[in-house]
Amino acid sequence: MKKPELLVTPTSVAHIDELAEAGADAVIIGEQRYGLRLAGEFSRADVAAAVKAAHRRGMNVYVAMNAIFHNDKVDELGDYVAFLADVGADAIVFGDPAVLLTVRETAPHMKLHWSTETTATNWYACNYWGRKGAKRAVLARELNMDAILEIKAHAEVEIEVQVHGATCMYQSKRSLIGSYFEYQGKVMEVERKKYEKGMFLYDKERDNKYPIFEDENGTHIMSPNDVCIIDELGDMIEAGIDSFKIDGILHEPRYITDVTKLYRRAIDLCADDRERYEREKEELLAAVEALQPPHRRIDTGFFFKETVY
Amino acid sequence: MLVKNDRISEIIDGKRVIVKKPELLAPAGNLEKLKIAVHYGADAVFIGGQEYSLRANADNFTIEEIREGVEFANRYGAKVYVTANIYAHNENIPGLDDYLRALEDAGVCGIIVADPLIIETARRVAPKLEVHLSTQQSLANWKAVQFWKEEGLERVVLAREVGAEEIRQIKEKVDIEIEAFIHGAMCSAYSGRCVLSNHMTARDSNRGGCCQSCRWDYDLYQLSDGREIPLFEKGDAPFAMSAKDLNLIRAIPVMIELGVDSLKIEGRMKSIHYVATVVSVYRKVIDAYCADPDHFMIREEWVRELEKCANRETAPSFFDGFPDYTNHMYGTHSRKTTHEFAGLVLGYDPKTGIATVQQRNHFRPGDEVEFFGPEIENFTQVIEKIWDEDGNELDAARHPLQIVKFKVKRPLFPYNMMRKEN
Repeated sequence: MKKPELLVTPTSVAHIDELAEAGADAVIIGEQRYGLRLAGEFSRADVAAAVKAAHRRGMNVYVAMNAIFHNDKVDELGDYVAFLADVGADAIVFGDPAVLLTVRETAPHMKLHWSTETTATNWYACNYWGRKGAKRAVLARELNMDAILEIKAHAEVEIEVQVHGATCMYQSKRSLIGSYFEYQGKVMEVERKKYEKGMFLYDKERDNKYPIFEDENGTHIMSPNDVCIIDELGDMIEAGIDSFKIDGILHEPRYITDVTKLYRRAIDLCADDRERYEREKEELLAAVEALQPPHRRIDTGFFFKETVY
Repeated sequence: MLVKNDRISEIIDGKRVIVKKPELLAPAGNLEKLKIAVHYGADAVFIGGQEYSLRANADNFTIEEIREGVEFANRYGAKVYVTANIYAHNENIPGLDDYLRALEDAGVCGIIVADPLIIETARRVAPKLEVHLSTQQSLANWKAVQFWKEEGLERVVLAREVGAEEIRQIKEKVDIEIEAFIHGAMCSAYSGRCVLSNHMTARDSNRGGCCQSCRWDYDLYQLSDGREIPLFEKGDAPFAMSAKDLNLIRAIPVMIELGVDSLKIEGRMKSIHYVATVVSVYRKVIDAYCADPDHFMIREEWVRELEKCANRETAPSFFDGFPDYTNHMYGTHSRKTTHEFAGLVLGYDPKTGIATVQQRNHFRPGDEVEFFGPEIENFTQVIEKIWDEDGNELDAARHPLQIVKFKVKRPLFPYNMMRKEN
C-alpha cells in the first residue's frame, strides 16, 4: 500500500540528519520573515545547507512562505523565490496569492503547496488552488476524519494532514503581549520579554493553557493540547492521504525526533501489516504519552469532533 | 495624511468638488434595519441570507425578505449586497447553486465572499451577481489584490490591518474597487485566521459560529523550569486581546482622497437606532466633504452624535500606523450607551403639531428627548402630555411598540427617531 510522506519540522540544520535517521521523508523549514510558526529559524545559508543535508538523505525540503504579506515585503518575494529555486528547494508553501504570482513570474517550475492553516475546508477550494498552480493542499485542522476522507476522494491535488503537534488557534498582527506589558506600565519588559518563550494564557473556565508568542508576523495563540492520532492512521492511509505532518513547534528537538520515530513505525506497520498495527497501536500511543512534557497533554484535535455554527 | 487626489475631484465654478463620491455601505440585520439604513442615507447595504453568511445569530433574511429589501432599496437608488463569506465545508456544497440563483433572481447587486467555491459557483450559476472579496481573506497587499482582479472580481474588501499608506499604494497599482471599514467592531485577529471558537466552544468561527472568545479575560503566565510564573500583579487587569471598536470619522477626508470606493460600517447585529445614528453622521461627513473639500471642518457635534450609540470605546486601529495598547480594552468590556432609543416617529400633523410615535423604550411627560433624522436638524425638547391612539391621556409610554401621540416643537417626518439620555 502507498505510504504517506512523513513530513516533520527540524529546529536546525543539524537536526535534519537525526530526523532522517528517525524515518522522516520530508522537512518544512524557513524564516519568520516569510513563514509562519516554524519550529526553527533558518537563514538563507541554513536553508541552503538544509537542502543539501536533506537531499543527501533522500528527503524533500519545503520552504514556508505562508505569511500574510503587506506591501512592504511584496517586492522582495521574487528574490527569495529565486534563491529557493537556486538552492533546489522542492516546494514553496504559500497562503497569500502574492506568492503564487511571484512564483509564476520568477520560478514557474517551482512546486507550490497551498497552506493557510484555517481556510482549506472543502475539496473545491483545494482543487481551485490546484488549478491556479498548487500541487498540494494542506487541510485546515478543524476538520473531522469524515470530511478529510471526503476531500481526498474529490481532490485533484495532493492532500497533507497534520497528525501531530500544536495547532494555531489565532493569529493577530497586533502586538498583544507587548501591549499588555505597556498597559501595565512595564515599559522595560516590552522589548526584553515579549519575544520570550514559554508564555501561556490561562482560561479558568475551561482550565486550559494556551501557548502564546509574538514574532515578526504578530501574536500567535496555540492549541492547549498536542494533537496525536498515531493510533487512528488507518483510514487515512487507506484513502491515500499524501502527507502526514508532525508539527514540532514549541517542542525540543529530541522530542520531535522521538515522535518521528514512533510515527515512522506506525505508518510502516499500518501500510504493511494492518492487523499488527491494530494490535500495537495502543502501545504506540502510550509511547507518545510518555514523551509528552508535563504541561502538554495530547488529544485527538477535531478528528472525531462535531462542530456546529 | 491628506493628499488631494485629482482623479476624484474637479474644479467647478472655481471651487474644487469631489465628483467621485465613495459609496456609504451600511449593515442591515433585518428588513426593518435595511429600510432605516437606506432611508438615513446609505448608498448600499449588506445583509445576510439564511445560509452561507457569517452571523449565524443575526435575524437574517429569507429570499422573500431579500426581494422586498431590494425593491425598497432600489426606490432610493441604493444597492443590496449579500454576505456569503463562510469558509464552506463539503457539507455546505449541496444547495449552493440554488441559493445563489435565488439571490440573483431577487435582484441582489452582489455577494461578499471568501471561499473560491462560492466565487466560482456564483460565476457559473448566477453571472449577474457582482462578486466582492470578503475581509475574511485578510487581503493585505497589492499583489494579492492583483490576483483577485485577474480572477475577475469587481471589488475587494481589504484586511482590517491595512493602513492609509498601504491603501494608497494598492490604489495606485491596481485598478479595482476597494472597500474599507470605517466604523464598528473589529476582529483582533486576521479575519479568517482565528478558530478560538472552534477550540473553546466547538462552534465554527468561519461559518458564523464565532462566540467572541477574543473578548474574554485570560491570565498571562510564563512557564520557567516547570514553574508557572504570573505575569501580572494582584489587582492588575487580566490579559486581553479585545480590540476597541473602529471609528474613523476624522479620517473620512483621507479615505475619500485615497479614492476608496466604498466606506463600510460594520454591525449587522446592531439596533436600528445604531444604524440610523451612524449612517446619518457619516452621510453628513461625506456629503459635506465632497461638496467643499478645501473648506471642510469636522463638526464636533457629529463626533458627539456617534458617541450616543457607542457601547464600547473606539480607536483608529491600523489606519494611522501600528496600534499600541490604547487600541485594546483591558479590564472593561462593553458599557451602557449614554443614550437609548425611545421612539420611532410614524407621523406628524402640521395643523396640530402632534407627532405619532411608536414606543421603543419607556418615556413619560417631563422627560427630555432628542429627535433626529435625515430631514431635520437634531433638536431636544421636554415631553408634555402624552395620549394614546384614542386620545386618552397617559402617565407614561410604558409598553413596547405602543403607539402614542404628543406635541413636538418642530415638524417631524416618518422614520425620524427619538432618543433619551440614560
